[in-house]
Amino acid sequence: MPLPTDTDVSTPKHLRDKYAIVGVGETPYTRGSGMTTRALGTWAVRNAVLDAGLTAADVDGMLSYQSGDSTFAPFIAGDLGMRLNFYMDVFGGGSSTEALMGMAMGVIEAGLCRTVVIFRAMNGYSQVRIGGTGARSAAPVSGDTLHSRAYGWQSAGQMFSFTFMRHMYDYGTTPAQVAAVRATHSAHASNNPKAYYKQRVTVEDVLASRIICKPLHLLDCCVETDNATAIIVTSAERAKDLRHPRALIRAVAGRVCKPRADMHYQAGPISTVAGRYAREILWPNAGVGPQDVDVTGSYDAFTFTTMLQLEDYGFCKKGEGGGYVSDGTIRLGGRRPNNTSGGHLCEGYTHGMNMVIENVRQLRHDVDDSCPVGPDGRRRHTYDYSEGGCRQVKSCEVTANLGWANPGTGSAMVMRRD
Amino acid sequence: MSLRVDDLDNENVAYFKHCAEHSFHLQQCGDCKLRRYPPTTACPWCMSREAGWVPVEGKGAVHSYTEVHHAIQPAFREYTPYLILLVDLDTQKGEPTADEALRVVGNLVTPDGKLAPPELVRTVGIGTRVRMVFSDVSPGLSLPQWTIDESAAQPDKPWRYPQE
Ligand SMILES: [Zn+2]
Repeated sequence: MPLPTDTDVSTPKHLRDKYAIVGVGETPYTRGSGMTTRALGTWAVRNAVLDAGLTAADVDGMLSYQSGDSTFAPFIAGDLGMRLNFYMDVFGGGSSTEALMGMAMGVIEAGLCRTVVIFRAMNGYSQVRIGGTGARSAAPVSGDTLHSRAYGWQSAGQMFSFTFMRHMYDYGTTPAQVAAVRATHSAHASNNPKAYYKQRVTVEDVLASRIICKPLHLLDCCVETDNATAIIVTSAERAKDLRHPRALIRAVAGRVCKPRADMHYQAGPISTVAGRYAREILWPNAGVGPQDVDVTGSYDAFTFTTMLQLEDYGFCKKGEGGGYVSDGTIRLGGRRPNNTSGGHLCEGYTHGMNMVIENVRQLRHDVDDSCPVGPDGRRRHTYDYSEGGCRQVKSCEVTANLGWANPGTGSAMVMRRD
Repeated sequence: MSLRVDDLDNENVAYFKHCAEHSFHLQQCGDCKLRRYPPTTACPWCMSREAGWVPVEGKGAVHSYTEVHHAIQPAFREYTPYLILLVDLDTQKGEPTADEALRVVGNLVTPDGKLAPPELVRTVGIGTRVRMVFSDVSPGLSLPQWTIDESAAQPDKPWRYPQE
């Protein structure tokens, strides 16, 4: 479909490989953490600092995002005895992880600090759920929400379903093709000891589960969990002295794709999402293309958000996303596995961060699966992807993370192994 | 569900004042003349702050839809499954580019403004011709809604999600 010609691909390439992710950490994925988001966040940030081989004194920047459901950076910093030179808590959705990577790079580039930790802490099951359920479902409706919630149009699934329904109409995409995303991610989760749902499901299981809002079945939707996640960014130069092989950041992009930043329903072809526009700066800046990517992490709040992004970022032709996600390509052992941890659909819902953490571990060749651990403390990967086995992708060199906040807003990041 | 328009939300106050009179008005840009929905504080096409309210015909075709089986808001639970429609208005369709339209949200309702029963829900899909009606939801507040346009030629078979 025709697209606006206002794309700017002039953003800087001099940041390529200049920054790296050196530490990642998370808490267990539970439904009922029994602690505050502040305690969860502190735990995840501490794990990331230890993972990098750093101390609290080494971290001088902190960024977080939330949607009125979490704690703030200064509390975490205070609890861990960090003295920050820069911090920022932003209001954001699922594309914030990659966007905040860009912000972290920017504040280090500007000399405001040297090492930045990004965290997301949420009791996404036991306290504030993303879909506006619980007390929020009966909250008063006013102003702009009279154009949505007054029509019983509130949860993410309800909001995004128009996009997918129109994609089915435009391209003949089938529910079974898209259900393959869940089946695939569940197979990945079955090899992930920390996944909340480890049970493998089939396409038939997804299609037989109850309809939430067409075209979404229950098993097309992600698993809401309580957890916190954290990622540490520093210069590639400084990263050389740290514990792990560097996950070098090739490029980040964060784009609003239309003249209007609304839910994308008022303008343009609605079955085309922000990735179509973000890709125009992502790939030139990264200096690689979709064909060079070994592992993708495509935001799977729903099965179809994964498919729409993979398609619009150019991993297949427009309209062929259904075939791409169901032909074996995105499976462990396939040409380009997607969400090897099980993602939001199965591992746990972290609002975007766990897919980046997983790809960092893939690039380190150090995914924490069920393979035996050698005397050096590192796993001896078998590359056998049967149930309960390995999930490390062989020779993983380049990864892409595709973050989704809504159809009209998207952020992405490309990383490579040192 | 308690519904209200905030006094300071001038754009929505004006929009719903017309709705209360069962009249559909949209903002029209004072400079580029394009109309827009929902109400905004500037023109998304040219950034102009100048806008007036103009009457717009409430007719169009369903661009996309979702059929909600699991209602989140308590007020909708007794009506499941209900339809939320995204309707391309005939007015300004294909402007300012071939892929654009004024797309207006609403539920499928009966001609007297009640949420449509399941047998009606099952007949509507992408391409169905609809016309606007108003549901009076509280004193002074009416919501624009959509009902099947009996006077329009309907597609042989509107496109529906393939599984029931
Ligand atoms: Zn204008």
